[in-house]
Amino acid sequence: MWLAIFQYGFITRALLAGLIVGLLAPLVGIFLVLRRYSLIADTLAHVSLAGVAVGLILQINPVLTALGSTLLASLGMERLRLSKKVYGESALALFLSGSLALAVVLLSLANGFNTNLFSYLFGSIVTVTQADIYLMAILAVVVAVVLGLFYKELIYITFDEDSAQVSGLPIRLFNTVLIILAALTVSLAIPIVGVLLIAALLVIPVVVALQFRQSFIKTVIYAEIISTVSVCLGIVSSFYLNLSTGGTIVLIMLGIFLVVFWGKQGQIGSRA
Amino acid sequence: MFTLDHHKNIIEVQGVSFAYGQEKILDQITFNVHAGDYLGLVGPNGAGKTTLLKIILGLLPPLSGSIKLFGQDISQFKDWSKIAYVPQKVTNFDPNFPATVLEVVLMGRYARRGLGRRLKPADRQVSQQALQQVNLADYSSRLIGDLSGGQQQRVFIARALASQPEVIFLDEPTTGVDQASQDDFYLLLRKLNRQLGLTLILITHDVERVVNEAMHIACIDHTLVCHSSPAEFLQSVHSTNLLGREVKILPHHHKL
Repeated sequence: MWLAIFQYGFITRALLAGLIVGLLAPLVGIFLVLRRYSLIADTLAHVSLAGVAVGLILQINPVLTALGSTLLASLGMERLRLSKKVYGESALALFLSGSLALAVVLLSLANGFNTNLFSYLFGSIVTVTQADIYLMAILAVVVAVVLGLFYKELIYITFDEDSAQVSGLPIRLFNTVLIILAALTVSLAIPIVGVLLIAALLVIPVVVALQFRQSFIKTVIYAEIISTVSVCLGIVSSFYLNLSTGGTIVLIMLGIFLVVFWGKQGQIGSRA
Repeated sequence: MFTLDHHKNIIEVQGVSFAYGQEKILDQITFNVHAGDYLGLVGPNGAGKTTLLKIILGLLPPLSGSIKLFGQDISQFKDWSKIAYVPQKVTNFDPNFPATVLEVVLMGRYARRGLGRRLKPADRQVSQQALQQVNLADYSSRLIGDLSGGQQQRVFIARALASQPEVIFLDEPTTGVDQASQDDFYLLLRKLNRQLGLTLILITHDVERVVNEAMHIACIDHTLVCHSSPAEFLQSVHSTNLLGREVKILPHHHKL
C-alpha cells in the first residue's frame, strides 16, 4: 500500500516543505530568468553555504544563518552592481567564490566536513524538522504577500525597465525587493534540495514553461505545475530508491526539460 | 473635441549639458515644448538625441541645467502618469518574453492604478480601447513576439495610450518597420496629435518624413542647432548643410 509512506513523519514533513518550495521557486524564478539574473540564484546559494557553516558552528538553525547571509550578500551585490565599478557578472563571481572560500575555511575550523554538512549541500528529506517547516511557512507567506502586492510592477520592470521608470515606478526599490525575495527563496529551499542545487529549482521549471510560448500568467502556471510535480515525485522516489533528494528532483526537472525541448523542436521541424 | 492652451509650456529644457567622462554629449540645450505640440527631434547619429530624451524623462541626471515638466522642476515632479514613453523597440524588447498583447498594454495601466493595487475591469476596458485605436483589437491574446515589427510598435503605442497621458515621447519608433507600416504609423501619430490633442516628441532619422508631419523641428548636434517650424528648418538645412549630408526632401501632403 503506497499510502504507507505517510506513516513516516519525516516524509510528510518533506513533502510539505517540498510543496512550499516548489510553489514559491518559480514565482521568483520567472523574474530572475527573464531578467538574465539566473546566476544570481546560484551565487546566493553559494553564499547561503557560508551561512550554513556559521549555523553549524554556532549550533543555530542553519536555515536562519543562511537567511541572514543571503540577505546581506544580496544587498551587497546590488550595491556593488549599482556602483558600476565592477561588472555585474564579476560581482557575482566575487560573491560566489568568496562565500564558498569562507564556508570551507569556517568548516575546516570546525573540524572538517561531516554527514550533516553533506545533507545541507545536497538536501535530505531526513533533515527537515518541524521547526524548519514553520520557518519555511513564515518565509513563504512573506514572499507570497510581497509578490502578490507587486507582481504587476515586477512584470513591467522585467519587460521594459526604462518605460516602467518613466511611468513612475521606483526601479531601484523593486530591484532590491526582487533580490531579497530571491535570497529568501534560496534560504527556504536549503533543507530540501541543498545549497548546490537550489538554482535549478528557481530556473529549470521556468525555462521549461517558457518553451510553451504562452501568456505570462499561463507560463507561471505551467512552471508551478512542473515544479511541484518534480519536487513531490523527486521526494517520493528518492525515499523508495534511497537516492539523494535534491539530485533526484533536479534530474526529474531536467528530464522534463529535455522531453519538452525535443518535442517543441520536433514540432518546428515538422512545420518547416 | 479638446481644448488646449498652446501657450502653456509643458516641457522646459533650460541650459542642459551632459558628458560621458571627458566627452561632451550635450552643450547648453534650451527649448520649450507647448501643450499640443508635435516636435520632431532630428540630428546625426551620436548627436545626443536619445541622451537628451533620457534627461527630460528623468532616466539620466543632467550635468548642468534644469528640466521642468508641467511647470514643476523634474526633481519635484510626481505626476508621471501624464507622460508615456515608447522606447526604441530593437534594443529594449525581448521577443521571447511570455506576454500577450493585452498583458503588454495593461502595463500602461499599472502606474495609474498605484503601487500594490490590483487592476480592475475598467483597466482592461481602457486597454482594449487603446488596442482599437491602433487597429489591433483582434490581436489581444496573441503573443507579443509573434507580431510583425510594425504591429509590435503599435502595441507599444497602445500601451502608452492606455496610461491616458498628455505627452508621448517616441524614440526612433519606425526603426525596422516596413514602409507601408510606417505610413500607417505616421497617420496614427497625426491622429493622436490633431484629434486627441496629445503632445508628441518624436526622435527620428527620417528627416524627410518628419518635416511633413511635425509642427516643430529641433535639430540637435551636441548643441541645439535650430528649433523652428519645418519650413524654416528646411531653409537652414539647404543653407548650412546641417546634417552633414545631402538631404532629399520632397514635401508631400497627407490628408487625414
